[in-house]
Formats: sequence, C-alpha cells, structure tokens
Amino acid sequence: MKLRLRLKPSRTAQNIALVVLFLVALASLLAGFIAPSPYAEQFRDAISAPPSARFLLGTDDLGRDRFARLLYGTRVSLLLAPAAALLSTFLAALIGGLAGYLGGRWERYVTAGIDLFLSLPWLFLLLAARALLPLNTSPITSVAITFLLLGCLGWASPARIIRAGTRTLVNSDYLLQARASGISGARLFWRHLLPNLRPMLLAQFWISVPVFILSEANLGLLGLGVSEPLPSWGAMLRELENYTAVLQNPWMLAPVALLVIVVGCLQVALRTEDQIPC
Amino acid sequence: MPAAIFRQLRRILLTALLGGLLGATLVRLGPGFGVDERELDNRLSQESRQAIQAEHARDSNIAMFYVRYLSGLIHGDLGFSRSLNRPVSQLLKERLPLTLGSLAYGVLGGVSIGLALALLTACWRVPGSDIAPAFLAGACLALPAAVIALLFLWMNVPGRWAIALVVFPHVYRYSKNLLVATYQSPHVLAAQAKGLSNSRILFAHVFAPAAPQLAALVGISVSLAFGASIPIEVISDAPGVGQLAWKAAMDRDLPLLVNITVLVALMTLVANSLADLALAAWRPDVSRETA
Repeated sequence: MKLRLRLKPSRTAQNIALVVLFLVALASLLAGFIAPSPYAEQFRDAISAPPSARFLLGTDDLGRDRFARLLYGTRVSLLLAPAAALLSTFLAALIGGLAGYLGGRWERYVTAGIDLFLSLPWLFLLLAARALLPLNTSPITSVAITFLLLGCLGWASPARIIRAGTRTLVNSDYLLQARASGISGARLFWRHLLPNLRPMLLAQFWISVPVFILSEANLGLLGLGVSEPLPSWGAMLRELENYTAVLQNPWMLAPVALLVIVVGCLQVALRTEDQIPC
Repeated sequence: MPAAIFRQLRRILLTALLGGLLGATLVRLGPGFGVDERELDNRLSQESRQAIQAEHARDSNIAMFYVRYLSGLIHGDLGFSRSLNRPVSQLLKERLPLTLGSLAYGVLGGVSIGLALALLTACWRVPGSDIAPAFLAGACLALPAAVIALLFLWMNVPGRWAIALVVFPHVYRYSKNLLVATYQSPHVLAAQAKGLSNSRILFAHVFAPAAPQLAALVGISVSLAFGASIPIEVISDAPGVGQLAWKAAMDRDLPLLVNITVLVALMTLVANSLADLALAAWRPDVSRETA
C-alpha cells in the first residue's frame, strides 16, 4: 500500500501564505500612512484604553497607540530579520564555501569550528555576546546590535550545509573540466562555484528568517532586544508578563497572533518541513 | 568501541580547551576587566591599594592569564561572580540540579511525544491523519519559547513541560519525514510483500536504518532544550542555570556568563557523544557521520 501522506504543504496553501506575508509586509512598510499616530506619541488622556475607533488595539500603560506600535514593530522585525539572515548567509557562504572548495585540512578545521559553534546553545551565545556590548544604547543602535549579533552568530548551521554542497560541486565534471582548462582558483570560486550554490544559499537565507524573528522575540521578552521607545515584536511581547492585564485586555495578544501568523506563513511558504533550526 | 570513546573524549577535551580560551578572551576583553571597586574605598591604605593593583597587573600578561584561567578550570575554579559576590562553581552547584531535572523531563517528554506522533502518522497511513499533529507542531514552532513559558505560567503548569513543547515540534517534523521516507524505501516494500508483521517491519526495517538520524535528533534536542531553558526559567522564576545566565547578562557579569556558556556547551557535547556511543554500541556498522 502506498503512503498518501503529504510531506509538503500544497501549492494553494503556499500561495495563500505568500499573499498573507505580502499584505503584512506592505502594511508595515506603509506604517507611516496607515498608523493613526507616531509609535512613541503618548495620549495621557487615554492610558491603557480599550479598543475604540480612535485606538484600534487600545493603548498601553504609557498611553501609546498599540496598533501604531504593532505596525512599526512589524516593520522593525520584518526588515531586520532578513538583513540578519543575509549577513549570516554571506558568512556561511564564505566560510562553508571556502572550506568545501579548499578541502583537506582547511575543511577539517572549519568543520571542527562549525561543530564547536553548534555545540554552544544559541541563546546562551547570544546572551554572552549581548552582555559584552553596552546595554544602555540608543534605540537605533540596539536594533543594529541585536540583528548584527543574530547575523554574526547564525552562520554555523547554514555553513555546514553549504560546505557539503560545495564538496559535491567541487567533484562535479564541469568543475573538473574548468580546472583542467587552467582557470584560476579565485575565478573558479566566484564565477563557477558560487552561482551554482545560489539555490542552496537562497534556501538557507529564507530558513534563517523565521529563526531570527523568533530569536529577536525571545531576546525582547527577556529585556535584551530592541530598547524603548522603538517597538519590535519582542519588545511588545513584554506586556504579556502582566497576566491580569492580559485577562482584562485580550487584544494585548495581537502581537503574538501576528507573530504566529507570520512565522507560520513563512514555514508554509518556504516548505521548511524537514529543517531543524539549531 | 574503545576507538569511538577515545574519539569522543578527544572532541570534548578539544572543545573544553577552545571554549576555555574563547571564554578567557571574552572575559579579558569585556568591559570592566581589571577594575576593582575596592580601590575606591578610602579606608584602605596605600599599600593595600598597591596590593590590589599588583593582583590585577598579573592578568595584563595575556599568556599568563590564559594559563591561570585554564588551570583554574581544571581545578574546578570557575571564577568569581561580581554581581552575586559568590564563586561561580558554588552558584552552579546550587542551580544545576533544577535545570538538569527540567531538561530531563523536557527532552524525554518532547522526544516521546514527537516520536509517538510521528510514528502514529507514519504507521496509520490514513489521509489527513497528520493534520492535527502538523498544526500543533507548526503552532509551537511559531511561538517563541518565552511565550510558551508565559502560557504555561498562566495555566499553572510546571515550566519543564514548556521545554517539552519547545522540543516536540522539531522531533515530530524531522522524525515524521524520516519515518515516512524509510517506509517508502524499496527494502520495506519488499518486506511488506514477503508478509512480515508490522511490528517486525517497524523495528527491524524502519527504526534500524533511521537510527543514526534519530540518535542525532536526541543530541540536538538537548541543545534546543538548554536554549529554551533561559526564557522558560526567567518567566517561571525557576532558580536554575538559565535564569542565572539571564541575570549575569543583565548585570553584565561576564565571568559568570562565559563560564556558564562553556559549561553548557560541554554538557551538550557530552549528551551528543553519549548518543553517538549508544548508537555505536547498538549498530557498530553505522556511525552518526554517515547520517
């Protein structure tokens, strides 16, 4: 009897997920037009106000419009997670690609380095690196630091996959022929190897995006992410620590709902079924 | 087998050495290194201040600093926590049992639930049977560990079960794909055609070839669980190593944080090595490297 289980999401589900992601990204990019007020503006006459026509998701303890903060926070998380993913993929391509291309002891050293890096639990490493840097930074600097750290520390897992992919390509016929034609090593790497690694690099980039979004959310909830008054999903989730307030104002769960929708849609759209983010 | 044990021990020692050196570098380059607030105490004599400065001057030689740091590590001296004003080893001794207990519950629970659901999905073979577990796994994967911990706190459920919920979706998704793919392989089809019982097919022809990947999965689960323990212990106010690491990060107590990180890395490596060795004992013909 043949198995009829679906291993991957269907094409329709993927299309729906892509549309949802596009709409969320568009709304966050147009936050300046859609949001009724700036994210840091305080309405002292409406502290912790419930949802109304004026404040769609109510206001927080400081009287700031939650809907505006959610839109701007989405922009921060959705723009910077891909930026961090780009950095980590670049580092992974450089380190993993060169290790696979050079082979021999270089490959062994890099593999040992990757194994060492992967044996360090991700969040412990992030905390250690974050503690090295000043905690009392400006909001913009805190955003840059958070996502630079994510980018710089997230290279090991993709590097392992890229190294294995490069190794396969290095032994392929067309590369052997290119080498036999006398093409220099650098040209071989940049012109023949890297373009063929592009699908793999693209896949690793997209896999890293939800991982970085969730890492930022965890860091933010622990108070080590983006600093106030700049909103991000992680920073907005800190409100949930007040259980009584959440019970009275369930709309405070809107950032969690949006986070689940976006990460869920990314999983469906990118078909990351068999990936294990480390 | 002895060669495998030797290989794993060499790997752990090398990691300890490299991790120790990396940790020492971080501590030395970290802000506040070499600064001692005792020097600001007006009651101290000039000689006492000079003695304190001489104590710090020893660390200005980086090679000597490394040697002292590593020798301290070998003798179990993990340094002194500036923020909590206590030896790091003492702090770890107090907090490690709680974290290890939570990890044991979390990893065992997560792996058991994930494997059981994957097995059910792979063996049951009813169209749509994977929808509920896949949806649950997807939802858990889309939630940060800290939010899962908050949900558990609201429901008065111990934090260790939150670790299980973080581990479960990774185990479920990977093992489901692995088991379904193995079930579709030609040797299983041949075994089915020969009329072998379902249990024999499962244990002898599905689990056995998938063993290296499943062993690796258990190793990865330990690392995942350690990572999840930080937000979960912070949110549920459990006095474990995760909460200690968070406090160290907030207070910028780098000696404490770096030593915790190195220790956790070593424990993760030991867990991975144990998974490798268990596999080598069970299936000497395969190793995890072939996975």
